[in-house]
Amino acid sequence: MKAKAAISKASEGASGLTGMWRIKRPVMDEGKCNKCLMCWLYCPEAAIVRGKDGRLWITYEYCKGCGICAEVCPTKVIKMVKEV
Amino acid sequence: MILTGNHAVSYGVKAARAEVVAAYPITPQTQIIEKLAELIAKGEMNARYIRVESEHSAMTACISAEACGARTFTATSSHGLAYMSEMVFWAGLGRFPVTMAVVTRTLAPPWSIWNEHTDILAQRDSGWVMMMCESAQEAYDTAIQAFRIAEDERVLQPVMYGLDAFSLSHTAENVDLLDQGIVDGYLPGLDPSKLPVYIDPDRPITFGNLLGPDRMMEFRHLIKEAFDRAKRVIDEAAAEYSKIAGRPQTGLFENYRCSDAEVVVVATGASSGDVKDAVDSLRDKGLRAGMIRLKTIRPFPGEEIREAIGGVKVVAAVDRDYSFGFGGILGRELSAYLSGNVFRYIAGLGGRDLTVGDFEGIINDALQRAEGGKGNAGEVWWGLKEVE
Repeated sequence: MKAKAAISKASEGASGLTGMWRIKRPVMDEGKCNKCLMCWLYCPEAAIVRGKDGRLWITYEYCKGCGICAEVCPTKVIKMVKEV
Repeated sequence: MILTGNHAVSYGVKAARAEVVAAYPITPQTQIIEKLAELIAKGEMNARYIRVESEHSAMTACISAEACGARTFTATSSHGLAYMSEMVFWAGLGRFPVTMAVVTRTLAPPWSIWNEHTDILAQRDSGWVMMMCESAQEAYDTAIQAFRIAEDERVLQPVMYGLDAFSLSHTAENVDLLDQGIVDGYLPGLDPSKLPVYIDPDRPITFGNLLGPDRMMEFRHLIKEAFDRAKRVIDEAAAEYSKIAGRPQTGLFENYRCSDAEVVVVATGASSGDVKDAVDSLRDKGLRAGMIRLKTIRPFPGEEIREAIGGVKVVAAVDRDYSFGFGGILGRELSAYLSGNVFRYIAGLGGRDLTVGDFEGIINDALQRAEGGKGNAGEVWWGLKEVE
């Protein structure tokens, strides 16, 4: 059925590839990460994914580069690096 | 039943079985929502009344209730409408078929509670179907028809209808109410699955999120198409209502004695009765006058009016509103459809009284201007005094 208004169904990336907005990218030093999940909890776009094995990674397709994860990380293992 | 225009709206909304009313009081509209609150409190009307702290929240609550599948109503006036304006656009552009009564009132400063149409007309690009009522009876009838038009699958846009402050809102007249069974037949319950935005917890959606430049125009065009279809829906709603009510109804506009007219007044709202009296009086004196009463302002029935009076030599458009730097809004819009013969009058701003004599005077003035070859350049501020 044709849409009558602009709505989106709940799905990954429903708002498009918002990663294109990023000026700085968060880079995680995985080896030093203590898996406290603060970044995962605070990320406003749910762009940090928690794998089955407890591993954490950032989906750069959707990460807007806001830097909240780097700010809240207690072990300071996320650095904001300028995009080129 | 003897009802003011305001209470006629309340009884129309009750007959339409509105399920949610969210509103904030403002003169001269307050009677509408007071009566609805009373009907709901007494159990005569099965609806939820949501008290809010502002008109902005009133419209937000209406949009939300409509999105949950409830038939929804609110009412406001002048400053309340201006304050609500952001959400008025959300309702129109988001395609939520809410209905709203607007008691037209002058915007301040200077402070005023009296009649003028600029408040409602300032919302004309918000994606709402817009109408103006002539009488308390028509206010009742329109309150019912508005839901039918708004919820029609070919339209699915909100509908607002205006009542002139005091001359209609607070003037009591005899109003015929329809039996509930008849209204129920005319206006079946709202089917939420037909709504453009229906929030169903079992099928989660997001509404109002970001839409990039690559897709926005298409969604605006859907609304444009809905307004193209709305003209027919409005006329059908009026025609079918006239059958069930046994009283003639006006859809887009009323053609009053225009068929052989040499001069036609175009006006809207509660003063229309006075215009018709002026037309009758001048016809008694041998002048072939007529009137076009604009019932519907959006969609603007320009082509239809051109078809009805395109050949008439002299047209006088009377605006009880003003767009600074442009002119009377309805006269200017009409001029876009009629070639070169619209004489534009600005009258009754701030609630200044307009009588049958004023309209006779306007008709005679337009005829004199036409004979004097003055054309339609400029506009006349009718009855303007010197500022001391």
